[in-house]
Amino acid sequence: MNWEVIFRNAIIAGFSREAAVYAIAAVGLNVHFGYTGLLNFGQVGFMAISAYGVGISITQYGAPVWLAFIIGLLAAVLLALLLGVPTLRLRSDYLAIVTIAASEIIRLTFRSVALTEWSGGSNGINGFADGYYRFSPFDPSQRYGFGPVEVFGNQAWIIVVGWSLAILVTVLVWLLMRSPWGRVLKSIREDEDAARALGKNAYFYKMQSLILGGMIGGLAGIVLSVGQQTVQPDAYSPPVTFFIWTALILGGVGRIWSPIFGAIAFWMILSLTNNVLDGLVNVGIVPSAVTAGVRGGSIRFVLVGLGLMLLMAFRPQGVFGDRNEMMLADR
Amino acid sequence: MKTATIAVTGGTRDGRRRLLLLFALLLAFGTTLSTAGFAQDDGPDVGFRGTFVNPGDEPMPIEGIRVEVTDADGAVVGESVSDAEGVWVVEVPGQGEYTATVDQATFPDGVTLRDPDTNSRTLPINPGQVRPILFPLGDGPIPGTVNTGTDVRLILQLMVEGIKLGLLIAMMAIGLSLVFGTTQLVNFAHGELITLGAILAYIFNVTIGMPLLVGAILAILATAAAGALMDLGIFRPLRKRGIGLISQLVITIGLSLFMRYLMLYFFKGDPRSYADYAIQRGNSYGPIVLASKDIWSIALSILVLGGIGLMLQRSRIGRAMRAVSDNRDLAESSGINVQRVILIVWAVGSGLAALGGVLWGVGESISWIMGFRLLLPIFAGMILGGIGTAYGALVGSLVVGIFIQMSTLFIPSELKNAAAMLVLVLILVVRPQGILGRSERVG
Repeated sequence: MNWEVIFRNAIIAGFSREAAVYAIAAVGLNVHFGYTGLLNFGQVGFMAISAYGVGISITQYGAPVWLAFIIGLLAAVLLALLLGVPTLRLRSDYLAIVTIAASEIIRLTFRSVALTEWSGGSNGINGFADGYYRFSPFDPSQRYGFGPVEVFGNQAWIIVVGWSLAILVTVLVWLLMRSPWGRVLKSIREDEDAARALGKNAYFYKMQSLILGGMIGGLAGIVLSVGQQTVQPDAYSPPVTFFIWTALILGGVGRIWSPIFGAIAFWMILSLTNNVLDGLVNVGIVPSAVTAGVRGGSIRFVLVGLGLMLLMAFRPQGVFGDRNEMMLADR
Repeated sequence: MKTATIAVTGGTRDGRRRLLLLFALLLAFGTTLSTAGFAQDDGPDVGFRGTFVNPGDEPMPIEGIRVEVTDADGAVVGESVSDAEGVWVVEVPGQGEYTATVDQATFPDGVTLRDPDTNSRTLPINPGQVRPILFPLGDGPIPGTVNTGTDVRLILQLMVEGIKLGLLIAMMAIGLSLVFGTTQLVNFAHGELITLGAILAYIFNVTIGMPLLVGAILAILATAAAGALMDLGIFRPLRKRGIGLISQLVITIGLSLFMRYLMLYFFKGDPRSYADYAIQRGNSYGPIVLASKDIWSIALSILVLGGIGLMLQRSRIGRAMRAVSDNRDLAESSGINVQRVILIVWAVGSGLAALGGVLWGVGESISWIMGFRLLLPIFAGMILGGIGTAYGALVGSLVVGIFIQMSTLFIPSELKNAAAMLVLVLILVVRPQGILGRSERVG
């Protein structure tokens, strides 16, 4: 096994555009779950609806890039309203049920044959990202990087933009959570009845939190689709939400930098396990049937599921988290 | 005060050990599945497959029909001849759009395509997908040209299919609802218990070769045991350690992901059918056409649901279940062993989920994702009826089942689950406690 390659791959994975996307989406989820206590199990639905909002408004209506991005984010706001209005007055598990269901329905709807003309069916939407790459200062045919880690120009552009956005939304959330508004959110997380008793309209605050986190999730979806230069429905399947959850819990729920640390750590661990497993197969220690075909892909989901369970059972505050921020009341 | 602390830490350590034990068991579950000889698979990783069946009074598979697959440029990428079971499989080099053409010259005498104009079909293939293609033979309605107007016969047909679906959903929903009623936990891994039941029955039926009836009973028992194990190994220790409901909820999500992809790992992605009752011809009952397996499914569902109702109403354990759902502390102080009741609820609910999974597998097909897909209509039925109430789950599921089938009158059937979503959102707006629920449970 070539450890140098394995670690280089892990570093590339840790700072890849996927990691940036997960970091942004996890910031949104942190607003929902970490600061307000909302159980959003459909973050990928927000990502999908924004990505499709951008893709459809560019390919179908020829919208300029900036307008398409705004439309994409507005789509996430609409989804938040649609999911929040019926459920945020109820027990917290209703939101969980509705979001998990909605994220799968959104994917199935966009990939349906009936809407192929509009959303491209299972092939998705292509060729909408050129307007974005026109702003790239990098030469697409050139390789950029530091040390042994190098990527092509377009990739470098999306990585720079993706991580800048991740830091930007993190700072934004940090500022918001220091404000009186943020303190109300935290008080709702700790004890909704107490917040209500002090005259705060918990429903409206929760709604605002759902919209804000949903828009941040939508931003992540847009970065993903632009980075892949395609909106492919199956890139927005439900397990993505749970990957983001795992990344967030890994970093520590309710901490300001944890989504970024968590996403980097998550992708590095995932890349390490995959590469080590592949290495073991190549060396012949593990039989190749173990990772053949669909199996190689499913192993990571099995591991993430196991990891999510173990983290939640034994270290719910995550690697960097503070246990006091994770004392979730039984609501 | 001191004693209490010691007792709590003692419980924690015990819980921790049990949790670790469970994770070991889960891994063992994986290895058992793989050593069942189930791991080897013969299907292609990407391609098309199909079955030729002559729809006579006795459906007969047809051997020797040739199918040719060409890629987008018209180059032949593969061909296949149907075997003794009428099955043909063509592997393709990768993702892309391919055209499958059936060679009518290889048809035996008396066999014709139902629609002579469609001897070829062009379909996209996604990575890892084995796409089923149907070339219908003989007389009968041509798929896709079914009259979608508001024809009374069609409405009646959809109504009956909706009742069948609703009863199945009800059977699967009752377990979820009972677990919620007794522990306040929404178990997102319930869908995977459905899949587990269906897949275990497949192993017993196809891999080992038992009759499906025997295999199904074994699968139900095994899934009930798996459900009981989940409570004993994961959720009881978590409750003992005082882990909050929200954390438990996230753990059910992790468990669902873990089980689902473990089943994908061993079962692969393509949908399969049981060896028995796979092909059945529909019989006409007045204006309605139903296969006899559909009638069995309806009858069995009614019987089982009736049995569950009787158990809840009359038996000691049923009363205890209702008592725990009503008021756990009161039940506990009146001498009911609450932990034991919860354990039985997990086992019974999982068994029902498995039965629902097997019936779904007989009527449709078995796949690793079926349980997850079914979770949405189950949630819709459960919430419509009133979350945590067993009878509510029944009523709500029937309504959802009929609504889903009826919605295909107006929207493409691939989107019918979106209709279930719509019902769910509407109920939550109008009457969040559901038809039979009590409002104090909510909010």
